[in-house]
Formats: sequence, structure tokens, C-alpha cells
Amino acid sequence: MAARVGVVIFPGTNCEHDAILALERLGASADLVWHGDTSVDGYDALVLPGGFAHGDYLRPGAIARFSPVMEAVGRFADSGGPVVGICNGFQVLCEVGLLPGALQKNRGLRFLCATVTVRVETEDSVLTAGVPAGTELRIPINHFEGNFTCDADTLATLRTEDRVVLRYVDNPNGSVDDIAGVCNQARNVVGLMPHPERASDPLLGSVDGNALLGALLASADSPVGAPVS
Amino acid sequence: MVTRSGQPLHRALGLTDGERDEVEAILGRPPNHLELALFAVMWSEHCSYKSSRVHLKRLPTEAPHVLVGPGENAGVIDAGDGIAVAIRIESHNHPSAIEPYQGAATGVGGILRDIFTMGARPIAVMDPLFFGDPTEGRQQWLIEGVVSGISGYGNSVGVPTVGGELTFDPCYAQNPLVNVLCMGVLPVERLVLGQASGVGNLAVLLGSATGRDGIGGVSVLASAGFGGDGDDAASAKRPSVQVGDPYEEKRLIEACLELLDAKLVVGIQDLGGAGLVCATSETAARGGVGMDVDVSAVPRREPGMVGYEVMTSESQERMLAIVTPEDLGRVEEVCRRWEVRCAVVGKVTEPPDGEPGRLRILDGFGGDVLGDVPAAALSEDAPLYHRPMARPTDYEARAADDPGALAAPDDCGPDVLSLLSDPSWVYRQYDHQLFLNTAEGPGGDAAVLRLAAPGLPASMRGLALTTDSNPTWCAIDPRAGTAATVAEAALNIACVGATTKAIVNCLNFGNPEHPEVMWQLSEAIDGMSEACLALGLPVIGGNVSLYNESFGVDIDPTPVIGALGLIEVLSVRPPGVTLVADAALVLLDASVGASGDRRSPPSLAGSRWAVERRGHRSGTLPPLDLMGHRRLVEFVSAVVTEGVAGGDGLVDGIHDVSGGGLGVALAELSVRSGIGLQVSGVGDHRDLFTEAPSRVVVCTTRRTELISRAAEAGVGFRVLGTTGGDRIVVGGLVDLSVAEAGAAWRNRLPSLLDELAPASTD
Repeated sequence: MAARVGVVIFPGTNCEHDAILALERLGASADLVWHGDTSVDGYDALVLPGGFAHGDYLRPGAIARFSPVMEAVGRFADSGGPVVGICNGFQVLCEVGLLPGALQKNRGLRFLCATVTVRVETEDSVLTAGVPAGTELRIPINHFEGNFTCDADTLATLRTEDRVVLRYVDNPNGSVDDIAGVCNQARNVVGLMPHPERASDPLLGSVDGNALLGALLASADSPVGAPVS
Repeated sequence: MVTRSGQPLHRALGLTDGERDEVEAILGRPPNHLELALFAVMWSEHCSYKSSRVHLKRLPTEAPHVLVGPGENAGVIDAGDGIAVAIRIESHNHPSAIEPYQGAATGVGGILRDIFTMGARPIAVMDPLFFGDPTEGRQQWLIEGVVSGISGYGNSVGVPTVGGELTFDPCYAQNPLVNVLCMGVLPVERLVLGQASGVGNLAVLLGSATGRDGIGGVSVLASAGFGGDGDDAASAKRPSVQVGDPYEEKRLIEACLELLDAKLVVGIQDLGGAGLVCATSETAARGGVGMDVDVSAVPRREPGMVGYEVMTSESQERMLAIVTPEDLGRVEEVCRRWEVRCAVVGKVTEPPDGEPGRLRILDGFGGDVLGDVPAAALSEDAPLYHRPMARPTDYEARAADDPGALAAPDDCGPDVLSLLSDPSWVYRQYDHQLFLNTAEGPGGDAAVLRLAAPGLPASMRGLALTTDSNPTWCAIDPRAGTAATVAEAALNIACVGATTKAIVNCLNFGNPEHPEVMWQLSEAIDGMSEACLALGLPVIGGNVSLYNESFGVDIDPTPVIGALGLIEVLSVRPPGVTLVADAALVLLDASVGASGDRRSPPSLAGSRWAVERRGHRSGTLPPLDLMGHRRLVEFVSAVVTEGVAGGDGLVDGIHDVSGGGLGVALAELSVRSGIGLQVSGVGDHRDLFTEAPSRVVVCTTRRTELISRAAEAGVGFRVLGTTGGDRIVVGGLVDLSVAEAGAAWRNRLPSLLDELAPASTD
């Protein structure tokens, strides 16, 4: 049976249709989940797509963490359901505390829209299951606040626990330790700045993002950790 | 009525004495302050086109696939498969000169509203930008501010910016140009026009509260030049610049598209220049009805605003929807969900017997009447001027001053390097990929997008989009220069395998009260008209920006042409501006006869080489043979489209020859691919740098086949040489390493602009 993915949308989100299109091309079924909803029952995986939730007022993700849906997202994650935050979704997951660290303004203080090379650093996450560590992928980035930062202890923990999921080959934004994506301790919540959905069709110049989205759908069919209630 | 300074009120508002008398004749009594303010904004140059309308009528506007031509909020064509495409171009020059970040940002916001007013979802923006010398600090501040404004607003509102242009010339130092083009798509049956109908229907104001920002923007800013009226005229005008909020706009877009999908509105109109007075009078006039507007019902941002301020404010992110009373509840529900404010501010009224509908401004429905004018008089009875025109007196002397005799460089290589500039410093700051449509992004000859969006029928088609301009050419000869600009746009569209279906134009000119400027405008329109007729292109929309002058000096005439092309089957990315190794380079050249001879000697007039390397801006432009150009455009489009449709394409790389001539075209092909080339048979620096039109460089591994197809189609050609290696060699003229040229190309803008602190957004 096709995985059913909930794509969480806040006012100001703008990559929701792109995420749905890319996931559906890979055989999933995907629906929008409104930020005011209080339940995510029935979904096998959740995606928080890119954009500017609540206008990025105050700072990216700072208001979105208070949207009613985030409590349901938290319960879904706690029960082992796969959750992926892309770009603004990553920022929201950091703000709500499902992922460590924070995303500050890019080194150079400019918005950056460009295709970059990222390296898969661990096969052990819902986004990279079955994609061997060391695999290099060409995937676009599109952000002003994509410069990942965290304190030294957190960074040491991320390294020791093998929780850096993706690194930039040529760091575009100043992220500490070239980090492009991380996961939580249970490895079912992943955040990344690059947009895999933008590398999902030969017409767009790369299909490398499908390896990640395909891994997410496979994870949705056989979730890690506790069963989804 | 006089102002405190003793100036008559109508003059302070921007009306001439004659225009004020005309208002009195229309009303049959002296206008009050509010009424005078309504006429002043609606009869401003910006809103009424009073200086240009008599000339614009000469443009061809019709074709079977045109659904909506000029005069509406946007032009619309039928793209097939049940899908329509809306397109519009505008200028935001004066606001951007005063406050670059907000000026550029609100330019994007305004044009998006024009597109979704038609029922279309905006899917692409392009920004042609013109600044002075980029080595000067003030220009760098302007560039930084404008690019940040477009990036900050466009990215956040969620519409990709897929291209544009970046032009530097000293004539823009005091008067930068910021144009913005937007394209949207819609199911054909959702097409709506901005009109009110149904007496008793309600006018509902959606979006932001109304403040004092932008009052008189169209009359104060856009309809007069800078300088000459005080030491610090620009600062004094700053309160006339609006402030944008892309998050408000994003929710407004989604709410309006949902209202249109649910068929909850009978008409919808954006609030742009001239604010509420424009939206209410135009919707009423188009619908042949009247409207009562209750100013006290308009949600306000600040206390103490009076009627004329509420009516003429240009506060951003507002729309006016005409709604039946029965549907009001459902409209309010959609707005609540998207957190969009909505308020009933008007009612559609029956016109008095046999007379046009009235626009009445009320203080509460049933309260005092603050103003009462015929709605149509504001938009349709605006004055029409046949302003005096004169060819510049030095025109013939300048035409005779040919740059062919200028000193040739000993080595053309350094001149080629100095003309290279990679625009990616600009477009990397723009989201150009959203919606997963962008098959060819910024930086190429034209952008290519899938014809797709949420809610559209499925289609294999693609869209191509470009903007082009050549102010240096237009300064020498506005008629030939504008015709050549149209020709270049059509050729750019052909280079990505598309066929041009429609043209829009943004006419940026100086002060229309200068007879030379009116002559330039008239000539440019004639040149555009000639090229469009010859190439079979309808003009479906446009914008005129006049008074681009500072301290009495006009900018060069700058008609910007936007072209929209269609690809029947888009299944493979077009080859683009690139090379493959071990292939042939062929120049397709409509100016070469069947015998291979040039029909005319290469002229350097108007070339970037003559202007930038020798400071020479005169001469007679290279000729343009429109019929030969049409054959070239059709041939290029046909051979590229075979590959784009998934067939065995003849073209492995392609680039039109434009600014910087053949030398720059070859170097750009090389630096973008990292592959060298060896070319021979280029006579001298004139041959290398002439910008003679109707030429395309093609890289092909099937030279013989390409040449025989070209000959069959009656298209001239020259075999230039081959590709490969790591040097750019044009025999006897240029020998550069690809790495050196690549560094010059890549580093030009960063070396000028990356030392700066980013512009503040507040």
C-alpha cells in the first residue's frame, strides 16, 4: 500500500505543492495538513516543507512552533513516526525542540538559491535508509537562514551519535562542521536545508533528491522505533 | 482653493489649470478638495497615459490566441490544453530611486496583484534593472537595495524570479530603472475581469489596513522628474513610497484564489497606484454601474485620516472584491481562515436614468456625501495630449559619426574580458526554482518553465520567457533600436525551442514635455509596431514610465520588451548556452547571403565595445532585415524544439549574438561550459564586436545536417570553427585561457558588490 504522507502547511509556507508533487511521483499519496489542525492521525509520515511560516516574523519557525498542529507533530515523532523538515521545516523543528541546534543567517548575509553537492553521512535515519554513507547528491538550496549552529557539547554529541545526516561538500553558508542535515536521537526526525523535491525530475537538472524522498517513503512503510499509535 | 504656501490647490495636487477647469465642466460646479484629489491621481500621467495613449494606439494587439489585450490588469493568451497565461510588465522606477529596498519590493507586490486579479496564479517574475556606474558607492547602494528588495519580497511571497537583465550606463545614475514582469497561469474558465456588476452587490476590501503610506505616489512620484524643486527633493518625497509585507500578500493570494475557485466573487480588482479611488471607479466604469463608498468603513492603520487620504492611499496588499450579499458570509469565512482582513466598504448602485454611474464617497452609508463624481470620468475622460515632438537637432551629425574608424585594439583579448559579466551574483539571491517548473533558469537566452501549477489541467507544454532592451541603440535611433529589441526577444525565445506568442512592453522615457522625448517615444512605438507586424507578434500589454529625468537630463530611451513563448512538447531541457567538446561551431546569420557574402559591412555603432572601450555613442545602426530575421527565428525554433520534444536534436549548445558581439557570445559559451574553442575567418575587431542583429552561434556534432537544413530554410550561415581544449582562440584576434576568461566573468560583480554590508530592510 502506498505510504500516506501529511504535508504540514502554515500560512506563508510555499513549497507544499512541490513536496506533494515529488512524493506522488514516487508513488506516495500526500495531503495538506493545516497548521490549525490538532490531529495527524492516519499518516505514515509527515513532511514540514519550505517557505516562510507565519512570514518568518521574529525569526524563522519562532511563531510556527506555537501552531496547534505542532503538538500533534510532537506526539507523532515521540511515537516513532518519520518526520522530515525541509528548509523552513527544519527551522521549525529546531524551534520546537524536536531537533538540536539553530539556523542563523548565511555567512555573507545574502539569500542563496543554487544547486550544491551534499554527502550522505549516515545510512541510519528515516531520510537516508538504504542510501550508503559517502553518496554525493546534487540538490538545490534556497535560504537566507541556513547556517546551522549549535554549542560545542551538542556538536560533540551529534558526531558521537552519528547524527549528522548530510554535509555540504563545499560549504555555502558557514554551517558549523559543514552540516546540511541532522536527526534526533531516535533517528526518526530529520531536518535538512537542501530541497530534495527540487531534484526530483530530469527537467529540473537533477533527480538526486529522489534517493532521499524514496528512503522516507520506505521508512514510512516500516517505521523505526515504536509503532505509530 | 489655495495651499498654505499660496499655491492653488489643484497645482499642488499635480493638475494643470486647464485640467482643473475640465473637472469643473464635468461636475457642472467647482470640485471640492476630495473630488479634486480624486481627479488629480486618476488623471496623473501614471494612471491616465495622457501623453502616450495617442501613440500606443498604433501597436498591433490582435491574434486568434489573444484572450485579453491591453487595457486590462494583464494581457492573457490561450496556451492550449484549457490553460490561459496572463502576463504584465510594470516599472517601479521612481520609488526605487528614493528607497531602493521598498521601491523594488512593492514593485513585485503590485504586479503579482495585477496577475491574480485576472484569476491567475503568479508562477514567474523577471526583473530588468538599470543602474549607473557600478564602481560608484551610491550605485552600489541602489543595486544592493533593489536586489535585496526583490529577493526579500519575491522569495517570501513564494513566486520564483526566473530572469531579468542588468544594465549599467551613466544615464541611470540619478534615475535607476526597476521594471518587473510577472506571468501567471489559470484554467481558461477561471478568467475574471476587474468589473463590478449587479446593483446591490457589495464591494469588499480585502487585506491590509489603510495608512498614510504612498499618498499621491502616482502623481507626486511617478509623474514628475527629480531635482530642481529644492535641495532635498528626493528625501521630501520619501513618505510617498509604500512599504510592503510579503506575508500579507502571500495570504491575500491564497485567499483570493480560493474565493475565485469557489466562485464567490463576481469581480475583483487590485489596489495599486491611486488606491481605492482607482479600484472603485474602474470597476464601476467597466461594469457600467455606480458605486457608493463608505470611507468610515475602511479599516485604518492610523487615526485622524481624512477622506481624500483614505481614498488615495497606496497602502500595499489590498484587493477589492465585488460580492453578492448572499455570499458575504462564505467570503468572510475564507478570509478568516487565511487571516486576511475583510470589510464591506461599498455598494454597487444603479446609474441615474440615461447617465453614467456615479462614484459617491460617503461618511457612513446614508451619511454625509463627501464627494460625487461620474465614475467613468475619472478613468475614461482623462485628458489626451498630442504633445509636441521634435527630432534632436544633432541627429544627422550623430548618424554620420561612424565608430568604424576608431583605433583597433592590438589584442582583442583584454577587450573581450572587460565585457564579460556573470549575472549570477544577482539571481542567486532570487528563488528561481519554486513550483518545480524551471527547466532553464536565469542566465540563459530565455527562461523555460513547465506549463503547470496546482489546479491546472495536465499539459506537456512549456513556456519561455525573456526580457530585452538596448537603450544604447535606442539613443542612436529609437525606431530601429526598438525594432531590433523586439527582434532579439523573439530570437532569444527561439533559442530555447519556443515560439513567441505575445509581447509586452515597458516604455521608460524622459520628460514628455521635452519634444525630443516625445519624438523618441513615438519612434520607439513605430519601431515596435513594425517589428511586431513583420514577426506576427501581438502586443498584449504595456506600461509607460515617463519623467525619468533628473536635473533636466533625460535617460536614454529605454523600451523594455517582454516576450512570452510556447513550447508544444517540453520533455527535455533545451541545450542552453553551452558547448560540447569536439563539435562544430556554426554562425546562423540572416545578414549573410546564400553565397556566404555579408550583405553589409559590420557596423560598430551602438556596440558595447564602442561605448565601453572607446566612449563612442554615435553612428548608424547595423541594418535589420525583418523578413530574414523571421526566417532565422523560425528555423532556430524548429531545430531546437526537435530536441526539446525528446527527439534527436541537432543543437548541442546555442547562444544569440547580442551585447558585446560575436566575441562575447563565444566567450560566454566557453566559460559557461568550461570548454575551449578555435574559430577562424573573423576579419577584424569590427567583425568581432559588431552587434549586427539576426545572428546565432550553434554548437553541433552534426554540422553537415545543420548546414543543409539551414540552406533549405533560406538561412545564411558561416562555419566558425570547432570546440575543445582549454583556450578561446579567434584566429589573429583573441587567445585567452578558458580559466582566465571564466574568472573575469565570475568575479566582475562580486568584486564590485561583495564588500558591502547588506542594505537595511527598514
